[in-house]
Amino acid sequence: MAGVGGGLGRPLSIGATPGVDLSGDPWRQRKERVVKWVLFSAAAVTLAVSAGFVIALTGKALEFLSNIDLGLLWERGWFPRRGLFDVRTLVVGTLMVTGIAMAVATSLGLASAIYLAEYARPRTRRILKPILEVLAGIPSIVLGFFALEWISPNLVQTVFSDAGTFNLLSAGIAVGVLITPLVATISEDAMRAVPDDLREASYGLGARKVTTSLRVVFPAAISGIVASLILAASRAIGETMVVFIAAAASGGSLYTVDPLEAGQTMATAIASLATGSDQVAAGGGQDAGQAFNSLYFVGLLLFAFTLGLNMIGDRFVQRIREAY
Amino acid sequence: MIRRTKTASMTATKTETATEIPDHHIGRRKLDIAGIVFQLALVASLLACFAFLMVLIVDVVKDGAPVFAERGTDFLTSDLSRDPAQTGVWQGIKGSIMLAMITLIVAIPLGVACAVYLEEYAPATRLTRFINLNIRNLAGVPSVVYGILGLVIFVQWFEGFTGGRSVIAGGLTLSVLVLPIVVITSAEAIRAVPQSLREAGFGVGATRWDVTRRLVLPDASPGILTGLILSLSRAIGETAPLLLVGAVASNFFTSGNAGYLEQLHGTYTALPVTVLTWARQPQAEFRELTSAAIVVLLGITLLANLAAILLRNRYQKKR
Repeated sequence: MAGVGGGLGRPLSIGATPGVDLSGDPWRQRKERVVKWVLFSAAAVTLAVSAGFVIALTGKALEFLSNIDLGLLWERGWFPRRGLFDVRTLVVGTLMVTGIAMAVATSLGLASAIYLAEYARPRTRRILKPILEVLAGIPSIVLGFFALEWISPNLVQTVFSDAGTFNLLSAGIAVGVLITPLVATISEDAMRAVPDDLREASYGLGARKVTTSLRVVFPAAISGIVASLILAASRAIGETMVVFIAAAASGGSLYTVDPLEAGQTMATAIASLATGSDQVAAGGGQDAGQAFNSLYFVGLLLFAFTLGLNMIGDRFVQRIREAY
Repeated sequence: MIRRTKTASMTATKTETATEIPDHHIGRRKLDIAGIVFQLALVASLLACFAFLMVLIVDVVKDGAPVFAERGTDFLTSDLSRDPAQTGVWQGIKGSIMLAMITLIVAIPLGVACAVYLEEYAPATRLTRFINLNIRNLAGVPSVVYGILGLVIFVQWFEGFTGGRSVIAGGLTLSVLVLPIVVITSAEAIRAVPQSLREAGFGVGATRWDVTRRLVLPDASPGILTGLILSLSRAIGETAPLLLVGAVASNFFTSGNAGYLEQLHGTYTALPVTVLTWARQPQAEFRELTSAAIVVLLGITLLANLAAILLRNRYQKKR
């Protein structure tokens, strides 16, 4: 009677008497436990990846910091091979690119989201939304080349004649185009999650469509919209190839607050250290110069920046789920 | 008493205005100019996004077309070379295919297993919530930082296994990069499987693993496939991490006549890295070559993305 309620192929005895072991086939139970542990270890890998990030980045970054004069982090200009590691240059460059990108993505992305969620007919939406999502699938290196070859000469240099071929403004615009679909799709989802009762109540009071969209739906969806903007900003901060190609100041960059000049962001500084420096080609980086090791420090900063933003953005995303 | 008179007077005024309203307001519909302007601005913004996409594709195809016209498939099958008339994208395509294969083998099973654990097996504990939060955060880490992770772990720590800067190190780095995407999309697909299906399975005496394998996973497979296509397209289009884990970003290298297994440990490049190499060449001929290589890269990634989006929409409609 040990196998009552056991395998699929076994005859089931109905109305088991008390005292009978109902725990099932031990072999099946063992198999279940093994499967569960295998699956759990797959989930544990993701934790290991995070641990790997923290260990790999902090270890190397501390090594870098202990080997240089800390005053060099505040000397104007980012020229790692000359021993100038001014973090401000990179942070300001990053903020400029992110700011320009967010200006583009907020206006285009939110307007697209309002149109798709409130104005477009279902049929129109079904056609337009996938095209917007395709835009999100363009590899960033392609947008970088496009920024350099098209946005810079045709848009930026026609408006600002003193802009160089490589400039942070065209890079920022291209990053903006890259993150627009992110803003648009998350915001649109948030606005569509607003219950129709609110819209009907607003129409019932005689409000126009504009008023309903901007004063009723938009505020009701605000946490999703804020989340989309935060996640987009975090994406813009970490965007590498667009800025690397379109604003390329490889090797180093002077401290600049002018978006019409070439510059560096934290992410491009890492990429140019990896491509430009022969230390990398020499393979290893174990005892490569401090110039190369600065990459770990910048990487840690970038990781901390985006992690912070993502945590905040995630809070907002969780809030929409709870609301309706 | 007072109240009643008040209401009475109010109804009186109301009926007065009510007789006036039809003539002035309801009869004639006012043109909502602000509303029309607003709607036009919205449409213009959306069209601006599409215009970018159109200009990008037209521009790249126009510039790249001469290369295909002159060289034909020769451009696709030639190795890299310093001579613009000889060079081709074959090594890049081969590298990208190898990277995608490694990603497919490593990230997909791992990611799906993780999603199954989180959705089907995991108890509602603090650890589970932490794993979920951790995955969402990993999805937001910039790709270039994944490159650093790959450099430290796969190139330096596990040099014995990966052979340093090899296609294996690159493939493993990309696998880690797309892992959160695979987990998140698969978990969403699994969550969308109706609970009744599971209950039916348990009702006939199936174990949790039987239910997962025979009922839940088949039902969630279109959603999982969508995530798979999206993550492969991401792996093929990604450049920054590969620069750190040693994809060759110069215009010339030979993989010699090494066998396929030896090539796993040798130098490699990838399609987007080829694009980067050519984009940074000073000669004018390389402009056209860059555009032609972009056409190939865009062709692969955009088709993959479109397929994934259409698949997902179709699958969502059925629910």
